[in-house]
Amino acid sequence: MVAVPDNQAAGASRARLLRLGAMALGLLLFIYVARSVGPQKLGETLVTGLTQGAMIALVALGYTMVYGVLKLINFAHSEVFMMGAYVGVFVLGAIGIANPLLSFVCTIVVAIIGSSLLGITVERIAYRPLRGRGRGALVRVTPLVTALGVSVLLQNAAQLFFSARYRSYPQLITGSMDIPGVGPVGKSRVIILVVAVLVMIGLELIVKKTWFGKAMRALSSNEEAARLMGVRTSWVISSTFALGSSLAAVGAVLFCIDQSSVYPTMGTAIGTRAFVAAVLGGIGSIPGAMLGGLLLGVLGELVKLSSYSGSIDAPVFVVLIAVLLVRPAGLLGSNRAEKV
Amino acid sequence: MRVNHPTRAKAVLPEGAPLLEIADVRVSYGGIKALKGISMKVMAGEVVAIIGANGAGKTTTLKMLARLLPVDSGTVRFRGEDVRDVPTEEIVARGMSLVPEGRAIFPNLTVRENLELGAYLHRDKVTMAETMADVVELFPRLGERMVQEGGTLSGGEQQMLAIGRAMMARPELLLLDEPSLGIAPKLAAQIFKAIRTIAKSGVTVVVVEQNTRMALGSSERAYVLRTGEVALEGVSAVLAEDPEIQKAYLGG
Ligand SMILES: Nc1ncnc2c1ncn2[C@@H]1O[C@H](COP(=O)(O)OP(=O)(O)O)[C@@H](O)[C@H]1O
Ligand SMILES: [Mg+2]
Repeated sequence: MVAVPDNQAAGASRARLLRLGAMALGLLLFIYVARSVGPQKLGETLVTGLTQGAMIALVALGYTMVYGVLKLINFAHSEVFMMGAYVGVFVLGAIGIANPLLSFVCTIVVAIIGSSLLGITVERIAYRPLRGRGRGALVRVTPLVTALGVSVLLQNAAQLFFSARYRSYPQLITGSMDIPGVGPVGKSRVIILVVAVLVMIGLELIVKKTWFGKAMRALSSNEEAARLMGVRTSWVISSTFALGSSLAAVGAVLFCIDQSSVYPTMGTAIGTRAFVAAVLGGIGSIPGAMLGGLLLGVLGELVKLSSYSGSIDAPVFVVLIAVLLVRPAGLLGSNRAEKV
Repeated sequence: MRVNHPTRAKAVLPEGAPLLEIADVRVSYGGIKALKGISMKVMAGEVVAIIGANGAGKTTTLKMLARLLPVDSGTVRFRGEDVRDVPTEEIVARGMSLVPEGRAIFPNLTVRENLELGAYLHRDKVTMAETMADVVELFPRLGERMVQEGGTLSGGEQQMLAIGRAMMARPELLLLDEPSLGIAPKLAAQIFKAIRTIAKSGVTVVVVEQNTRMALGSSERAYVLRTGEVALEGVSAVLAEDPEIQKAYLGG
């Protein structure tokens, strides 16, 4: 281990100061908002924000896991989300909502299957043939451009086959319930939050406890070393796409319960925010994607409370840039330099 | 150390046949020729050192053996089987493990998880617990640091982890790339002691070293590589007395 040179130590303490400053600023802002809107409204805002954030996090996880194993930003992920929503709308249309719970479960299961197959197929057809090809910067750039292409292709395919019209999701879950300290909250919100949290706990178990999870983390950390352990990389990559796409499918069905409309370009808005969440939390870090998603969700709702009326993406990006200036690797990202 | 518990039926190595045999192997990086036709033989149970200056092709040789690099021409036989087209993932299953240069542990996984990954192809809980106990006996420091992230270990401890992780696969042939590189002398001595213990338990060892004295002292035979070719080979104790070697690698 090498001793840290003085200038580096000084840089670290300055970074710590900046971090403290940012936290203080955030806290002040939060207190200001809290005082000006009152606790009731604030509680509601937080619940809505966490709900939004949980859905963003589910999609962000897909970006971050695929980045981990392939070092690729899978721009087609937002379209896997969109397709998941379409599968959901078709399943609900076919089976009806006589029994809401049953319909909900069926929709999620079929959407998971559909999205996983799509995710695996995209990887097989578009990304795998490029692996290990090309030299220098092209090793990274070519797959990135391909990913953009697949995204556009899937959007156009949806337009062609499903038409560009907005389809409305049937109201699966209606009514509201009283949460102590917060007041009445839409039942659908509560269900979304609960399902999303359960799914993330399940994911944590998969990643930490199963051999697949260990292999995925090993591959993200050092591909060559993972292969030396006997890890079959292409199997792990396919499985990672399947898992990420499944989470996007769950996110899509939950999103539709909340927003209730489905259209070919619906992936773009949430995809962008999910991607930002992944980078904010530290791309490649699974807890980072969860944290980033929740933060963005709450931040978005807080912004809506203020008098600011522009696009909510603008403040989101301001926060992203501010965080990256202080912590280039994101909130929970590894600061260890990437080996080349 | 318990070793050689094959997970699948392996071809039986005929009596007297080398465990590893490479002949006239050429490897290149793009246009750069790194190995210009090298031949080596390693018998089961031997400890063989590969020495040579920086850039001689030592790392390339080990990576080629672990099938991380494609072979341009020549033959590579392990346990009597042609393994030229066998992928890395499969060569591990056949009983060859590489401890790579620079250790290549998984820094954000815990020490325990690193070791578990070594047993990726040997998941039986009982076997795994046994092997892990052996590894901890070999490197007690690892036992004290099981829940720590690998990246928080010192360089020497990371090297122990890398070797322990490779041992978790219960290899028949262990390849080590510069296990003493960048490590305090005291820890390096400990690591070499552990390597001798591993060898005594019946594992065949091929060790690459820049520390020629240490390498010749702990091995039975050695190959000297020079710019991608085998310049010399022989019994380590004899090579250590060779005036040319003393001049070139042992500082006179
Ligand atoms: N990734 C690479 N790309 C191009 N040339 C390489 C690469 N790795 C090694 N070489 C070259 O191959 C030769 C052998 O390198 P290496 O096997 O690493 O030597 P050693 O381990 O003995 O120091 C050197 O000339 C080195 O410059
Ligand atoms: Mg080397």
